[in-house]
Amino acid sequence: MSETTTNAAETAPAKKKSFSIVHLLLEGRAFFALIAIIITFSMLSPNYATVSNFLIMSNHVAIFGLLAIGMMLVILNGGIDLSVGSVLGLSGVFAGFLMQGVEFQSAGVILYPPVWAVVVMTIGLGAFVGLCNGVLIAYFRVPAFVATLGSLYVARGVALLMTNGLTFNNLAGNPSLGNTGFSWLGFNRLFGVPIGVIILAVVAIVAGLVLSRTAFGRWLYSSGGNERAAELSGVPVKRVQVSVYVLSGMCAAIAGLVLSSQLTSAGPTAGTTYELTAIAAVVVGGASLMGGRGTVRGTLLGAFVIGFLSDGLVIIGVSSYWQTVFTGAVIVLAVMLNSIQYGGRRSGR
Amino acid sequence: MAAPVTAQTPNTGSGTAEVVLAARNVAKNFGAVQALKGVNFDVHRGKVTTLFGENGAGKSTLMKILSGVQLPSSGEMLLDGKPVSFTSTVDAREHGISIIHQELSLAPNMNVRDNIFMGREIMGRAGVDFAEEERQARALMKELEEDIDPLTRVEDLRLGQQQIVEIARALSVKSRILIMDEPTSALSASEVEVLFKVIGDLKARGVSIVYISHHLEEALTITDHAVVLRDGEMTAYAPRAEIDLEWIVRNMVGENFDLGSPPTGHEFGAPALTLENLSVPANTGIGNAVNGLNLSVKAGEIVCIYGLMGAGRTEMMECVAGRTRASDGRILLHGEDVSELTIAERIEAGLVLVPEDRQRDGLVQTMSVGRNLSLASIGNFTRAFLTNLRAEASIIERSIREVTVKTDGPDAPIGSLSGGNQQKVVIGKMLATSPSVVLLDEPSRGIDIGAKAEVFRILADHARDGMAVIYSTSEVGECLAIAHRIIVMRRGQIAAEFTHDTTKEAIMAASGESLVA
Repeated sequence: MSETTTNAAETAPAKKKSFSIVHLLLEGRAFFALIAIIITFSMLSPNYATVSNFLIMSNHVAIFGLLAIGMMLVILNGGIDLSVGSVLGLSGVFAGFLMQGVEFQSAGVILYPPVWAVVVMTIGLGAFVGLCNGVLIAYFRVPAFVATLGSLYVARGVALLMTNGLTFNNLAGNPSLGNTGFSWLGFNRLFGVPIGVIILAVVAIVAGLVLSRTAFGRWLYSSGGNERAAELSGVPVKRVQVSVYVLSGMCAAIAGLVLSSQLTSAGPTAGTTYELTAIAAVVVGGASLMGGRGTVRGTLLGAFVIGFLSDGLVIIGVSSYWQTVFTGAVIVLAVMLNSIQYGGRRSGR
Repeated sequence: MAAPVTAQTPNTGSGTAEVVLAARNVAKNFGAVQALKGVNFDVHRGKVTTLFGENGAGKSTLMKILSGVQLPSSGEMLLDGKPVSFTSTVDAREHGISIIHQELSLAPNMNVRDNIFMGREIMGRAGVDFAEEERQARALMKELEEDIDPLTRVEDLRLGQQQIVEIARALSVKSRILIMDEPTSALSASEVEVLFKVIGDLKARGVSIVYISHHLEEALTITDHAVVLRDGEMTAYAPRAEIDLEWIVRNMVGENFDLGSPPTGHEFGAPALTLENLSVPANTGIGNAVNGLNLSVKAGEIVCIYGLMGAGRTEMMECVAGRTRASDGRILLHGEDVSELTIAERIEAGLVLVPEDRQRDGLVQTMSVGRNLSLASIGNFTRAFLTNLRAEASIIERSIREVTVKTDGPDAPIGSLSGGNQQKVVIGKMLATSPSVVLLDEPSRGIDIGAKAEVFRILADHARDGMAVIYSTSEVGECLAIAHRIIVMRRGQIAAEFTHDTTKEAIMAASGESLVA
């Protein structure tokens, strides 16, 4: 034990000196990738590098960004949440369902909850699904992959059941019922910035603060890095584990609300395979799937890399089949760089 | 008398058996650390050569060199008189040297036959020839006179039987030299007897054994030659006829670096931690690792718990700290029962554990030195949800100064520290919670003597301030250097109790299990 650490201590400073440029490129790879993408597409299309296009693209990124931030919290803990795409779909449908009015047959009344109540209840639903995931994983020791794969199916199935496979198209509400304003989330702008982007920014800032400045953030990093050590240091590792799934579910619900507002419709199949994009964004952003390493900033960069890349390909008219190929290549490249970055440290230990 | 260490071929006097493997001036450096400084010994055909030494004496390094895990920095190994150097364990195995580790390397989900032939399956025309493998496995078991069906799954076997399977695997590759690392540490007395009988059979077949054990008496009953190591140096090499238990202990312990003596000049306070009839179930699920243990430690007192591997020290400490539940008995902290509290609540109450394995249980490798240090005391610098970075920085700075961690700064990665400094971080982390009772499980493992002395100083300082310290170790010298009271644990119970003016020999004798239990 002492021998290996001595070795590591000896080689580390040498490495730092000779590889500083490589090191910088490796550390900031998501940032450099984003710059490269923007420059490349700006040269290929005059319409790419305009403020309005950036805002439109950012509005797209907002959906994935919200999912990715929730996903990153789970991945920091060493877990994975495959259910976020389905929860997104379910949340949209649930919001649409509430907007149509809830009928209480026994009382013979139809209740039209105001938009703020719809939002709160939908986020509550996301939290509930996350709670189920978290409890299964932390207390019943179901592997995260399996537990969330199960809720991926259940949530999707429930969404389909609620609408019978159809889509809610009327989300605008009725002024006489006092439940208008749902489309504000997807269409309005504050100081020219789409609401979706602002929501993403707020969630990102809150998540960043939680991670860097609260005890919970420290608990999360430590229990993801070494659960046994964290537990012996008095960290409530099980509560932390449940919490990250709840937070991930809430993020997915928020994303569901924004998406259905943007689309002015809530379909039960919305968000299919979005969980994979979210995982990709987290990984491209430099987080370690082993847990313990990752930042909000990196994850946002990862989401923007993937979003700006696929939108850029659309703008220059590349076939959507090629988009899939490019996205896949970027993800594999990112994971490979992760392995180089973290693998080197591991073998040095 | 201790045989003088010479660089020449050791003359053991017993020229009866030929030398199959010889180490000549074998040394190993890890950076500036000399783990092994010029070791010479012979392994004779059909004889047992035992390596004796305390933890950190270099036994495991030597074993790694013999089995091809590491190459020596200098010196050479002679196999049948010809110099050899093994590049891997596979290479060593092809030369006829196999190793059986303390933690067995069997796949528990597979059966005995598949384990024996793992990685070198006998291929027939249609894939693996299971019938032939089974026939050979049966033949091996017959040779070893063990009634183990080759089709049983390994997890269904008792530990002793699993060890036999490992031996069978080594024999199936025609090993001539078998290295056994602490093979008896987890065995019952009857299983040990079976193992020793098998070793006897192996000797008769001309297989040489290199044996490593902490159970001195037990090892003496089967060994033919003894090699004693201390701090990486070979202090003695002699045939069985010339040695006895006292000789081994003297050569193992030697004149140690003076680690000081227990802090004096302060009065002990009221009992801080009291264990009443504590029983802890064993990890295996069978029986108790700790059996009706009674212990009381006063404020300001340093109690050392000495015992062999498997004596129940770790289990007892983990139960007191709250990781595992007791099956019986009470844990009283300042007179209050804490048995029902969580780990976090016990830390809050002032009861902390510095775990045995700092890599696995002590450190978060993905975090910096500073964040590791402050991990257990986050509550102390959190106001209304947000952590106060300045308060945290001052806590970290104080900890680094107090436990004298040598680091580039609080932001340095934890992996950049040496083993001793990493250990100080784990200790500093728990001390930052201002505990009144601290348990340390083998804190000196794998750290150098200077770091050890500093750890002792830290503990002595806190004991003077009224902290109760419970310290477990398997190095006798440490007990005498730090403890006011020494408890010897054996099979989950207290076997003996000493004050600090006892002798190393007395403590070791009390801990050693005799073969016939």
